[in-house]
Amino acid sequence: MNKTVNPNELTSDDDLAPLYAARKTVYPQSVSGAFRRIKWGLMAFCLAVYYFLPFVRWNRGLGAPSQAVLIDLPNSRFYFFFIELWPQEVYYFTGLLIVAAVALFLMNSVGGRIWCGYLCPQTVWSDLFYAVERLIEGDRRERMKKDASSDPMKLERISEIVLKHSIWLMIAWWTGGAWVLYFNDAPTLVKQFVTFQAPMIAYIWIGILTATTYVLAGCMREQVCTYMCPWPRIQAALTDEWALNVAYRYDRGEKRTSVKKAAELRALGEHAGDCVDCYQCVAVCPTGIDIRNGPQLECIQCGLCIDACDNVMTKIGRPKRLIGYDNDINIQRRQDGKAPIYRIVRARTIAYSAIIAAVGGIMLYVLATRSLLDLNVLHDRNPVAVRLSDGSIRNAYTVRLLNKSGYDRVIAIDADGPVNATIHIVGVDSVTPDRPMIVIPRDSTSELRLLVTAPADSNPEKSIPVRFHVTDIGLGEIATTTDNFVAP
Amino acid sequence: MMNDHHDEIDSVSGRSTTGHEWDGIKELNTPLPRWWVITFYLTIVWAIGYWIVYPAWPLISSNTTGLFGYSIRADVAVELAKLEKIRGAKMVALGAASLAEIEKDPGLLALARAKGKTVFGDNCAPCHGSGGAGAKGYPNLNDDDWLWGGTLDQIMQTIQFGARSGNAKTHEGQMLAFGKDGVLKPDEIVTVANYVRSLSELPTRKNYDGAKGEKIFAENCVGCHGDGGKGNQELGAPNLTDKIWLYGSDEAILIETISQGRAGVMPAWEGRLDPATIKAMAVYVHSLGGGK
Repeated sequence: MNKTVNPNELTSDDDLAPLYAARKTVYPQSVSGAFRRIKWGLMAFCLAVYYFLPFVRWNRGLGAPSQAVLIDLPNSRFYFFFIELWPQEVYYFTGLLIVAAVALFLMNSVGGRIWCGYLCPQTVWSDLFYAVERLIEGDRRERMKKDASSDPMKLERISEIVLKHSIWLMIAWWTGGAWVLYFNDAPTLVKQFVTFQAPMIAYIWIGILTATTYVLAGCMREQVCTYMCPWPRIQAALTDEWALNVAYRYDRGEKRTSVKKAAELRALGEHAGDCVDCYQCVAVCPTGIDIRNGPQLECIQCGLCIDACDNVMTKIGRPKRLIGYDNDINIQRRQDGKAPIYRIVRARTIAYSAIIAAVGGIMLYVLATRSLLDLNVLHDRNPVAVRLSDGSIRNAYTVRLLNKSGYDRVIAIDADGPVNATIHIVGVDSVTPDRPMIVIPRDSTSELRLLVTAPADSNPEKSIPVRFHVTDIGLGEIATTTDNFVAP
Repeated sequence: MMNDHHDEIDSVSGRSTTGHEWDGIKELNTPLPRWWVITFYLTIVWAIGYWIVYPAWPLISSNTTGLFGYSIRADVAVELAKLEKIRGAKMVALGAASLAEIEKDPGLLALARAKGKTVFGDNCAPCHGSGGAGAKGYPNLNDDDWLWGGTLDQIMQTIQFGARSGNAKTHEGQMLAFGKDGVLKPDEIVTVANYVRSLSELPTRKNYDGAKGEKIFAENCVGCHGDGGKGNQELGAPNLTDKIWLYGSDEAILIETISQGRAGVMPAWEGRLDPATIKAMAVYVHSLGGGK
């Protein structure tokens, strides 16, 4: 870190401390308690969803993929259980991202970095990698001793390290492996992996994600949160004095004394701090900080120091939650002898909830009422209008029909525009000449050339609006769009 | 490598100087980082390796080919062969189907239209316009008026052999230069021009003699344009009674047409484009909207 130096003491410019600080290896100690259990539970849930979701089946009928969640890039479709989205409906993802962002803000204003501490993939996978490390190399003290040992490496130690990295790489490989399953039929792809016949691109992506998982969760860990991630910087601007954060209640903890001395002081009726300076909170911290120094950028608020401190407080017979979810206002109030107040419901959280409800509501409404039949019309540009030999005027349009449903449709096309106009689709001899009917196959688009001809005596103005309808003959579903009919 | 051993050592920083001095200020020697220098030399080594294995140096009439024998042109040839393999079967199907079959089959129609549109843009657009809208002297292919016939087969034939193209099977027949060749006198030309305008109900000159016009027309024009000026597609003689004019319907333009004659040329495409492509183009033109 930079230290302050009196300029007069400088003998050379090398005396300025470097901007680079070497990493201090963190050896988080295992801990048990309520928050650790929550974290185990969430980790199991998140990993189970991630690894097994691609194997969930969903029947969409013959010819359609039977995978519940599938990003089908070659056919440009996204399947999510009963929803099938086309590329032009990408705005659902925009909505989803807005909801996700505001949900993050809401979490932050209620309970600090809940995302960072419990749900972020970086945290979940780092936590898993730490668990593997502890299982193989032992807990904090053992690992510190092993790393510090200056003895030449014994075979046992080497095999430990090799085993650890092998298991890490295996987890990382499966992380990448699960990722590609979202882009192709999972059981087929797994079969191909087993027989080494999967497409090259799948292996490349597995390789990329194996590398990122191994490097980020195995090697970089807390450095990702401290130096790489923008969220710690952003969240500081989204918080307020009422937000609960993992905090050391210094009103209770200070002044730090030994158990024995505290008992003596209390016997005399004097105030004694509950903190016994056991450093358990520091030992368990996955980012290697001391929570008692107050809120810090590095703190991901995983709550493990709460568990560590609670265990100590229970042992020495003092109340739990010397470290807990709290804020400065309440610490101040307790110091002034007032009761703490918690304001979960306040303008900020109401606003965030309202935004989530509004965006979520709009998305649900749009999704529930979305049309499975659609059409786009493009007017010919050159020529915009054609005069025929009998003086009548013809405009040509390229019509693209979209059938997003899982069945073939018979549709009829109408055009309301010039008086007594006739319409014709090139290549289609319809039994109903005034109202051409065609079949659009399921889950596909059809492009047609549509001719609208106005009689010579209709004398249309330079440009009049024309409204195109497509009607599903069976279901009565209608899609409409407008364009213009232009006179030469 | 860098030589950072100079005689003079700066007393403040303890570092050597480059020996350069300006007004008593000396420049410290700050060498590039070693990793940078090493990377730099590696790039030079890499470049020399590149010269050896890849085409690099221009010679008098060719260039060094390199040990790998790499060639971008060969890559393109491979890609084109792949493309041909994908398209091949479809184009064979297009070539095998009759024109009517193509129009009835939505898959073949879409293929022919797509192929036809591209080929039209490359070959026909300079005269007929990118959408076939035409220009003065170049027919609009979207309308239903056809000089040489608007059925699929007739369109195909016109594309294959052209009009007045010099091809053995080309369409022949032209508008004679009645004025230039001295067949009609100037006042007769004015009269017959007004008669032609009257055929499609366009206004005529006040002192125009309809009976005289009809007589001149009957003596000179009906041979090609037919009785009543309905035209003749065998000879490419346009219908003079409709609303579509290849060169224009103004009196002055009609006088010019009758005096100087007209003989626009449509090139023959047989031999320049393969039969399947010509077929696709015929279907495309026919599907623009005016096809019979």
